[in-house]
This record gives sequence, C-alpha cells and structure tokens, in this order.
Amino acid sequence: MASSTMTRSTPAISGRVALARPRGSGGQLAVAGAAVIALAIASMFVGVSDVSLPALLAGDQTAWDIFWISRVPRTVSVILAGMAMSVAGLIMQLMARNKFVEPSTVGTVESASLGILVVTVAVPGASLLAKMSTATVFAAAGTALFLLVLRRIPLRNTLLVPLVGIMLGGVIAAVTTFFAYRYDLLQTLNSWMIGDFSGVLRGRYELLWIVAVLTLVGYLCADRFTMAGMGQEFSTNLGLNYNRVMTLGLIIVSLISAVVVVNIGSIPFLGLIVPNLVSIIFGDNVRRAVPWVAVFGAGFVLVCDIIGRTIRFPYEIPVGVIVSAIGSAMFLYLLLRKRERRG
Amino acid sequence: MIHVSGVSKRYGTQTVVDDVSCYIKDGGITSIIGPNGAGKSTLLSMMSRLLDMDAGSVTIDGLDVNDTPGRELARKMAILRQDNQLTVRLTVRDLVGFGRFPHHGGRPRIEDKAYIDQALDYLDLSAMADKFVDELSGGQRQRAFIAMVLAQDTDYLLLDEPLNNLDMKHAVEMMRLLRRLTDELGKTVVLVIHDINFASCYSDNIVAMREGRLVHQGAPAQIMQPEVLRDVYEIDIRIEEIEGNRIGVYFA
Repeated sequence: MASSTMTRSTPAISGRVALARPRGSGGQLAVAGAAVIALAIASMFVGVSDVSLPALLAGDQTAWDIFWISRVPRTVSVILAGMAMSVAGLIMQLMARNKFVEPSTVGTVESASLGILVVTVAVPGASLLAKMSTATVFAAAGTALFLLVLRRIPLRNTLLVPLVGIMLGGVIAAVTTFFAYRYDLLQTLNSWMIGDFSGVLRGRYELLWIVAVLTLVGYLCADRFTMAGMGQEFSTNLGLNYNRVMTLGLIIVSLISAVVVVNIGSIPFLGLIVPNLVSIIFGDNVRRAVPWVAVFGAGFVLVCDIIGRTIRFPYEIPVGVIVSAIGSAMFLYLLLRKRERRG
Repeated sequence: MIHVSGVSKRYGTQTVVDDVSCYIKDGGITSIIGPNGAGKSTLLSMMSRLLDMDAGSVTIDGLDVNDTPGRELARKMAILRQDNQLTVRLTVRDLVGFGRFPHHGGRPRIEDKAYIDQALDYLDLSAMADKFVDELSGGQRQRAFIAMVLAQDTDYLLLDEPLNNLDMKHAVEMMRLLRRLTDELGKTVVLVIHDINFASCYSDNIVAMREGRLVHQGAPAQIMQPEVLRDVYEIDIRIEEIEGNRIGVYFA
C-alpha cells in the first residue's frame, strides 16, 4: 500500500527536481541497478577454476558445479553483505545523529566478534545459528552502550562522536584479542575481523539472506528513521515514539552486523562511505536514499571483491582489506572536506 | 483551550517551575515573558509533553498531554524549539512534508501534498522548495520550520523563542506571520519571547514569569505597566504609548 502511494507521488517530485540537481529518479536507479547486475555477472566468471561461458554452454558438468556451488553463492553474498552493511551504516548515522559513524566504528562489530569468541570458548562446536544469536546480543549491547555514552556527552562535537565510538570499539577489541590469545583463537578471530568471501559455498551462506529482510524493514521504516535523525524533541512533536524507533534501529543494525561478521567477517568503513556519498549527491531523505545506498553498497563491494581476486591472481586478498584501504582514504577525505566547509 | 494546573518541575533541590496554573483561551497569541531562568521554556516544554512534569497536569482541548497518544496529540498541537539543528540533509519540501506524518503515519496521500504546497505557499517558500535546508539563510530556515508545523495543521502552535537569531526585519515578519495565522486561520499561538515590546504589540495575552512562578497574566495594556514590569524584571521600565501600542523603554 505504501509503495503504491509512493509511486503516484514520486514522478511529479523527481520530474521537477531533475532540473535543479541530480536527485535519483527511478530511471537512474534502474541504470545503477543494471550496472550492479553486470558486475555480478563479471564476478561469477572471476576465479582460479575455469568457469567460462563457453564451458557452461557446452554443458561442462564440473564448470556448472563450481558455478552453482561457489560462484553464485559468493556473488549473492557479496551483494547481500554490501547492501546490508551500507544500509546499517545509514541507520547508525541517523541514530547517532552523526555522519561519521558506522557499525565498525562504534563497537557494534567488535562486540559481535566478542560474542562469537565467547560462544566458541564456552560451547565448542556451537551451531552457526547459536553463534549468530550470541553475536547479535553482544552487538546490541555494545551499540546500546555507545548510544548511552553519547547521551551523556554534553557537547555533541561532530568529530568527538566518532572518536568516542572508535575508543569504545578499541576497548572491546582489546578484551576480545586478550581472550583470543589466551584460548589460542587469534587466527579464528582474524577470520571474523577481516571480511573474506572466499569461504562462501552453497549450503553455508544461506543465513545471510536474513540481512535482505532486515534491509527491507529498514526501507519500510525509512521515514521514522529520518525523523529520529532529527532528534527526540522533533520526533515527539510529530507524534513518533522515539524510543521505539531507536530500539528498532538498534535491532536492525546489530542483527545485520552480527550476521555479516559470522558469515563473512567485518567489512570496515563500508557503512561510512556509501551513505555519505549518497548523501552528498541526493540528500538525506532516507526513503529515497535507501535504494541508492543498497545499490552503491552492493556495487562497491563487488568491485572490491573482484579487485581482491585479480590483483595478485591466483591468490586472493580479503575483501575487508581492499574495502578498508579505499574506505579509510575516503573517510579522511570526508573529514577534511567537512572542515574546509566550516572555514 | 489550554489548561495548565499546578505544574511543577524540579531538578534536584532546585525548583525551575513552581506550581504554575493558567488558562489560555482559544484564538490569539499568548506570549510568555520573564527574565532568564524564569522557567518559560521549561513550562512550554511541559505543556507540549517534551518534558515530564513532577506535579500538575496540562490539558489541551480536554486531552491530557501526559497520557494522550503521541500521534493524536501531534494532530492537535505542534511545538517548535529554538535550536533546530538538522543533522540530516533535507530539502525544504521534504522537511515540510514531515509535518504531515501525524496524519498519514508514513503513507502519504494525495491530500497531504495539497497541505504541503499550501504551507510552502503561505510562507513564501515555493520557489526554494527543492533547496536543501542547510543552504538557506537563518530567516528562511526559520520559515521552513514554521511551514512544517503549519503543514501539521494543528489548532495549537507552541513556539520557543521564534525570534531567536532573527534580525529586526525578519523578527517583524515572523510576528506579522504569527498574527496572520491567528487572524486568518484561527490558530492559537503560544510563544516564549524575550522582547517585551514585540509581546506588547502582537499578543492578545501576556503571561509573566519570575523564578519559576507565574506572577502576572493579562492583556498587554495590563502587563505593560511600570510597576508590573518592575516586579517581573526588577528594573525600571518607562512605558510610552506610540501609535496605540505600549512600548517599554529600558535601553538607558
């Protein structure tokens, strides 16, 4: 129902706006979506094993097996993780009312890893679902702690907020590393902290589809997150239950982060750069931004994953490394750009 | 009608608003005046359920602000605070559109667009409807927020220091606009204001506070008296009548 009224009103608005600045009409979004699909197809044909279009057309059984068991699941999970982590970043920014935060800079991801470590030590051989649930609870607790600390800071300095998050994340990561060291799990810990799609195989990634549902929920509640992003008093005036929206946001962000960390590993900075790029181009009306953030996020991670697989072929560089290398540079650029504008 | 009865707010041992009761009748502009720290904004925040009260109650058209559902109250009353720093980047039209949220709950209908256009038009913002709010000047931004609460289409408008950060020209424009809202659209406006002369020229009713208490209430002619203002502000203010308005002279 919501979407039917949306489509009715959107053409008039975007039509008028198109003259002033690029604001992302449905047509542009379709083009961007097509680009992501093209990248996805390219991604399916990158790898050590020989999976080529002629081989597939010739009915080569080995090629088809690799295609369905490895290439398709990998590409799907890249798209899902890229999309969801970017949207989680956007929601986190609205909740913290700060553009420079995302799940891996406020302690969410670090808390999720701590959760997986705890369950790995306490219940060896715990199921993936058990790991994910524990990671989610820890992620939610860590994020809630960050938001509580934020409430207590009297001066909401733009740069202070991400610093607080990074410090909090640092403390949690230190605790995690200490116990991982004690229990001889440092290598395992690394696999959560550095996102890597090389282990994705059919039958072992399907839980990742949860994040697609969460992203959709984020889109459906987009207006509410935008209002929450304008502050508690602002939301209250509009009759919005601020605490309920914040709780919903906390659940979405924590679940997405936990699911991605358990299945893929952390992809730092993704939730930071993608929403900021979209915001610079299209503004912050979340209902309009979410589809763009999702498409940009998926495309960006696809590109990074393809680079990671080809740059020192036949070896792979984990996607987390590529994303953070590009992401940290872009983060710096965004910080400096903001300061310049302030004069 | 807004009925404030026995409202108090305490922070620790300090009482910021102390047992305030008053009626604000429908229609017209009511100005809340008083020195810094008199509890004006705190009272307004409690009247608009932004702040919990420690004692007393506030009803708006018979609805108790403490237990009426937020959405229902948001269709009856709009509140605008003084510091509206947007951290999100929104266009003017998007911002004004949020005023309709209490009515459609996230599913905009055709008629909502008409309200938005009307509000933009009324505040002379149609030409800049697609600009981002952070690209506007201070006066335009203030008008954009007023347009949003206007689109909210409530009978009651509560404004906390709407003249803050506005120069003389824009301050006069804002007060004229509020006058039009009450005269043409029949709104009831309650505002916290520092400038007693604006309060005198544009209000129908003035509420004066000091140290958390309501000390005087009445028409501008009753409040704009040297002895009353002396009681409120503890300074001598000469009153001159200029073109039918009572003006306080306190600059020297």
